[in-house]
Amino acid sequence: MKIAIGQGSCGIASGSKKIEEAFRRHVAEHNLQAEVTITGCIGGCYLEPIVDVYQDDGQVVRYVHMTEDKVDKVVKQHLIGHEPVDEYRISKSGTDFLEKQTRIALKNCGLINPEDIRDYIKVGGYEALKKAIFEMDGKTICKEVERSGLRGRGGGGFPTGKKWGLVAAQKDPIKYVVCNADEGDPGAFMDRSVMEGDPHKMLEGMIIAGIAIGAKIGYIYVRAEYPLAVKRLKKAISQAEEWGFLGKNILGSKFSFEIRINLGAGAFVCGEGSALTASIEGNRGMPRVKPPRTVEQGLFGKPTVLNNVETFSHIPFIIANGAQIYRGIGTDRSPGTKAFALTGSVNKTGLVEVPMGTSLRELIFDIGGGIKNNKAFKAVQIGGPSGGCLTEKHLDLSLDFDSLSKVGAMVGSGGLVVMDEDTCMVSIAKFFMDFTEQESCGKCVPCREGTHLMNEILDDIVNGRGTKEQIDMLMELADTVTTTSLCGLGKTAALPVMSTIREFQDEYYAHVVEKRCPTGKCKGLKRIEIIANKCKGCGLCLDACPANAISGKRRQPHVIDKSSCTKCKLCIDSCKFDAIVEI
Amino acid sequence: MNNKGGNCACDCQNKDKFDLSKLDEFLDEVKDMQGSLIHILQKAQDIYGYLPREIIAYISDKTGCTQAKIYGIATFYTQFRLKPMGKNLIMLCQGTACHVSGSKDIEEAICKDLKISDGETTVDGLFTLNNVACLGCCSLAPVMMIRNKDGEETYGNLTEAKALEIINGFKMKMEQGA
Ligand SMILES: Cc1cc2nc3c(=O)[nH]c(=O)nc-3n(C[C@H](O)[C@H](O)[C@H](O)COP(=O)(O)O)c2cc1C
Ligand code: FES
Repeated sequence: MKIAIGQGSCGIASGSKKIEEAFRRHVAEHNLQAEVTITGCIGGCYLEPIVDVYQDDGQVVRYVHMTEDKVDKVVKQHLIGHEPVDEYRISKSGTDFLEKQTRIALKNCGLINPEDIRDYIKVGGYEALKKAIFEMDGKTICKEVERSGLRGRGGGGFPTGKKWGLVAAQKDPIKYVVCNADEGDPGAFMDRSVMEGDPHKMLEGMIIAGIAIGAKIGYIYVRAEYPLAVKRLKKAISQAEEWGFLGKNILGSKFSFEIRINLGAGAFVCGEGSALTASIEGNRGMPRVKPPRTVEQGLFGKPTVLNNVETFSHIPFIIANGAQIYRGIGTDRSPGTKAFALTGSVNKTGLVEVPMGTSLRELIFDIGGGIKNNKAFKAVQIGGPSGGCLTEKHLDLSLDFDSLSKVGAMVGSGGLVVMDEDTCMVSIAKFFMDFTEQESCGKCVPCREGTHLMNEILDDIVNGRGTKEQIDMLMELADTVTTTSLCGLGKTAALPVMSTIREFQDEYYAHVVEKRCPTGKCKGLKRIEIIANKCKGCGLCLDACPANAISGKRRQPHVIDKSSCTKCKLCIDSCKFDAIVEI
Repeated sequence: MNNKGGNCACDCQNKDKFDLSKLDEFLDEVKDMQGSLIHILQKAQDIYGYLPREIIAYISDKTGCTQAKIYGIATFYTQFRLKPMGKNLIMLCQGTACHVSGSKDIEEAICKDLKISDGETTVDGLFTLNNVACLGCCSLAPVMMIRNKDGEETYGNLTEAKALEIINGFKMKMEQGA
């Protein structure tokens, strides 16, 4: 019997370490023949902590929302009594969430022990590498990847095989493979999940890339906010070295390859190719003018293949099964699957990997179980700060690279933040502009100054100082920043603003004309008022107000002067009669 | 480099007050490595908790990178800090998923409780608050991670009350430990 406890970051944050301890304690106490092990995140984060019991008859029983108390019962009734505890098992809706997916990158996540290479080998791991080394050469690998139609999963959707071919064709004998694991889009976590749940798959993809282009060294650039991913990657690298999949003369062949890890230091712009390589070189991560492109002069000035974690994780499947089978999944121009991080106001949050071309409706309603608390769907932000928002009318749109860019959004990293009727779209646009302003590296003027100006205007709007003209100005600035910025950060910075203005113009007008936030979310548009018939005129608020905005005679209703009120709400705290309210 | 005279205005002469052995070891390890500067700064911050001025001067001396370049890097990346940090670093997520789930309210509550704002350290040196963009646990939004000498732990599905309760737990633990 085997007990596998989900220990991705999300599982651990939900308390799975304690569950593991409890199982270990019981197994020792009762002298049970059961192995207690860990696994990565299966993607159904809303069900965590998740525990799988592998019975000796081959059946797997999955328990969800586990607690220490529940462990007691599972041990007594199931492990000892061989009778599964039905009321703790995953429900139909939970299995639906997982079974409606098609998994390639996330296939093993939550099923194998990421800290044990033997688990990966058992499910066919490193077979593709063997095939690549002994049956193929650089050229045929590049061709196969090109025929698969795989496009970069990090945002741009550039054909991966083509990129590899370009690098392979460079004359310089020194070349590099770089894995972009910076996952900067706040609201996306599929790369984290792959690294924590199935690190060897991505390593295998990188090694195959090394063969394809003739590189000897690969770098992984991981963000520092993912300590667990770093730990598991390090472990995976040293295990792969032990087993001869990495290092000198891999599997006895002439090919040698090593992988190094670089920790990011907290800068979103370092996800951009040339900034990322600058950062690995030990410099400030600032993008540079292209050309020369990374494929010609990348890391340390050498030809470099830069791909995303998920992209590399598709490679073993393609090499092992052939391009034809891969092409059978997804759409014609965007083959394969894509993992989306489904979060926000949706019932079932987590990772969803589906064929490209799946509709938003299927994702949010069929798989995600609809909107939380029976609220109405309003919009979904796709691709994070450089993406756009999609609304009701896009629900049946096919999610693939080309359809999305046609409607002014992008697949981006694959973050899908679902928003319900209570979300103010203006303040969401402001939130993203805040983010890009802060993360702009400051090298080029349109991005540095443009994002600042747009943010100032949005600040005016959410605080009731906005005018109609400012909305036009926003659009004009957006256009300038988009067309004249140096790198992708600036070029896409205005997308959230442009798409929210386009889709939710009424909401913007309500803010600037009526000085009202339709969802009531913008604090700046709220007022503090004294309800005259509740006010006893005791004067406590008058003393409490640091801005001297309250006036009134004793024992008569007081009033607040709106122009000097700073909305600090100290008066509300001071009032004994609940006579002061925020509206 | 040029401080040998000992009469410059900064306090780089004070580097004696830092134990340099661990840093020296690491500097030795990476001396042939291309692009090692960020690794060195990360290590230094690991050792000292922040990047003291004296250490920046020392690294500059050892690596030949100008202090200006090191300072440029240390201020470019949000991870580096030039001031000492509290015993517990609270990394409060302000990513998209956490934002739409109310992370601002949680920030307000924490700030009010600890009487600090983003980037600051409490007077007793117990807590530093840092807003970060996404910890990768978006499905449990709002989320925070607390890092101290024992490692790091992530807390999800926060409410204002829950966040304060967790922080209070740390306060009690520190008091008992002291
Ligand atoms: C500002 C900015 C941030 C980016 N962040 C990331 C990131 O976090 N992860 C990623 O894989 N790609 C990111 N990219 C895209 C990369 O520049 C690059 O296109 C990608 O890593 C290439 O790999 P792929 O072809 O496998 O997608 C970012 C681009 C820009 C402009
Ligand atoms: S947005 Fe907070 S953890 Fe991702």
